[in-house]
Amino acid sequence: MTSISSPTRQDNGSFRALLGRFPFLPALLILAVLLVLNGVFEPNSLSFRSLTGLVRTYLALMLLAVAQTYVVYAADIDLSVGAIASLVNVTIIVLMQHLGGGGLSVLAALGVGVLVGLACGLVNGFVVAALRLQAIVATFATSIFFTGLALVILPVAGMPAPTVFWRTYGGTFFGIPFVFYAAAALAILLYLLARTRLATQLLAVGDGQQAAFQSGLPVTAIRIGGYALCGVFAALAAFCITGDTASGDPLVGAKMTLFSVAAVVLGGSALSGGFGTVAGSVIAALIIGLINSLVFFAGTPSHWQNFVQGLAILAALMVGVLVSRRGRA
Amino acid sequence: MNRAIEIAKNPLLIALVLIAALLFLGNTLSPGFASGGQILRLLIVAALLGIVAAGQNLVILGGREGIDLSVGGVVSLSAIVAGNVMNGMDGGIPLAILACVATGALFGLFNGLGVTLLRIPPLVMTLGMLGVLQGLLVVIRQGIPSGRAAPALSEFVTRPFLLGLPGIIWLWIGVGLLMAFILHRTVFGQRIYAVGSNEQAAFMAGVPVRHIRIALFMLSGVFAAIAGLCLLGYSGSSFANVGEQYMLPSIIAVVFGGTPLSGGKGGYTGTMAGAVLLVVLQSILTTINIDESGRQMVFGATLLVLMLFYGRGRGLRA
Repeated sequence: MTSISSPTRQDNGSFRALLGRFPFLPALLILAVLLVLNGVFEPNSLSFRSLTGLVRTYLALMLLAVAQTYVVYAADIDLSVGAIASLVNVTIIVLMQHLGGGGLSVLAALGVGVLVGLACGLVNGFVVAALRLQAIVATFATSIFFTGLALVILPVAGMPAPTVFWRTYGGTFFGIPFVFYAAAALAILLYLLARTRLATQLLAVGDGQQAAFQSGLPVTAIRIGGYALCGVFAALAAFCITGDTASGDPLVGAKMTLFSVAAVVLGGSALSGGFGTVAGSVIAALIIGLINSLVFFAGTPSHWQNFVQGLAILAALMVGVLVSRRGRA
Repeated sequence: MNRAIEIAKNPLLIALVLIAALLFLGNTLSPGFASGGQILRLLIVAALLGIVAAGQNLVILGGREGIDLSVGGVVSLSAIVAGNVMNGMDGGIPLAILACVATGALFGLFNGLGVTLLRIPPLVMTLGMLGVLQGLLVVIRQGIPSGRAAPALSEFVTRPFLLGLPGIIWLWIGVGLLMAFILHRTVFGQRIYAVGSNEQAAFMAGVPVRHIRIALFMLSGVFAAIAGLCLLGYSGSSFANVGEQYMLPSIIAVVFGGTPLSGGKGGYTGTMAGAVLLVVLQSILTTINIDESGRQMVFGATLLVLMLFYGRGRGLRA
């Protein structure tokens, strides 16, 4: 649709510049409002304990949203992140069980888990970038495949995680809960990744594949790199899921795929690629978590909660898209 | 020679050849797979998917990353609405049809308004709508029973109606003819292709782009709702999230029918074949004796292989 550009006023221009530099600002604002609202309805919800619980539950979604973001950078999409997370979840659970459940076996299982995530990402990258299949349908097909694989490894949900694993994830060290260390490590990792060549190249490919190719970028390899990164972060998300639920479930991640896409959009990244931040996606994952807790604390009757959550997320998506577009228009 | 290649690249032909090959394979693996009665059962299932895919096809044809992820939710909701309105009585069918069509049109309207007025990308808008619909389903299931299909509706879907074919297959044929008519014989159809291939140019040429797009999403909702109604007739009563299984398969049926997700070209005839192809494939997998896990792996891998036959993106050239 044509949008006839009107002469921009001064304040409008600086608002745009700010948004262009920090596309996650609208998400941050929504986050602040939600925190206040949570506090109004249930002052306890802002206690250190509650916030720890929030991070512990939604760290997995944050990581999945980050995973999705790298793919969306390059204007691709990955509908298999949830299936990858499920596959890694059952893989590490079964491995830890087989290896005895000690500290070393946990580390070995986590190492294998990362490799499984990486392998899944490479498969996705191969079918989408090298075979040039359409990303939405191709990653849906691979998600069916990964789910099948997860069902082979653990046919029914329920095998427990070793005590040392979930005790660590839910534990406290030097007075600070483990998940905050994990979140800090994630922040550093994301900061470093944002400065890598791959992140810039993914954005360049998303901005214009043809142009990126003509300026000499190995477009196919870059897109595969994006999917590989996505697979690794999906594996990290699986670790958090496992720490939170303390058990294996071959279908645990299925519901989270679409939330990861919603979080990316809510965080101010463009699905059309070339524009976005992982920070926005992390904030957006927290927004989804806070919406869920707010709906709960506001005293919504239990069977209405899903509906109100759905409406609130849809509204947040609309606001996010509308505001962040002004930064780019 | 060029002409031969052209014909061999026709998506409809590819789908038909693949269907024939799969039926042959199925019959070899389990004799009787390709018998008349069995094929009729497959066609009923394919008709349900195909009717959902009709709306999906329209939205995708309209371009600008058009896609409708909310169809599954609309199918489920429509089945519940229909079940409650008719509540096992034939007399309630006309009202149930009206209620379903209105439901589908309403949610399609919401999607269309979000996509056009607020310019939310279709994937995001319909994804959000799916969340709302799923929540609504929880509310509804809590308050009221899931309802029952009227006997006449079940007969229409499962029993022979005319020339030995069940009514739903005639309905599907009707949808096919209607779609062909809309797409190729009406101004509206021409405008869909125009908007789908170059929205800017269509807008400049005076095509009411927004109205067209809203209409496409409303039609998608209506087709999904009709499928939900028929699904109720097929299964007798509606249950939790029956429609979820149609969300992504409806998109795959469209892709297997030769309509690329970028929109602007393709049609419904191919999609019908794509729906049959998908259902035959699933049916073969349930016939052969392997675990659910193995079945899923084979299904996923086969989908990928089949996609290789269709519109792969163009390679990058300097």
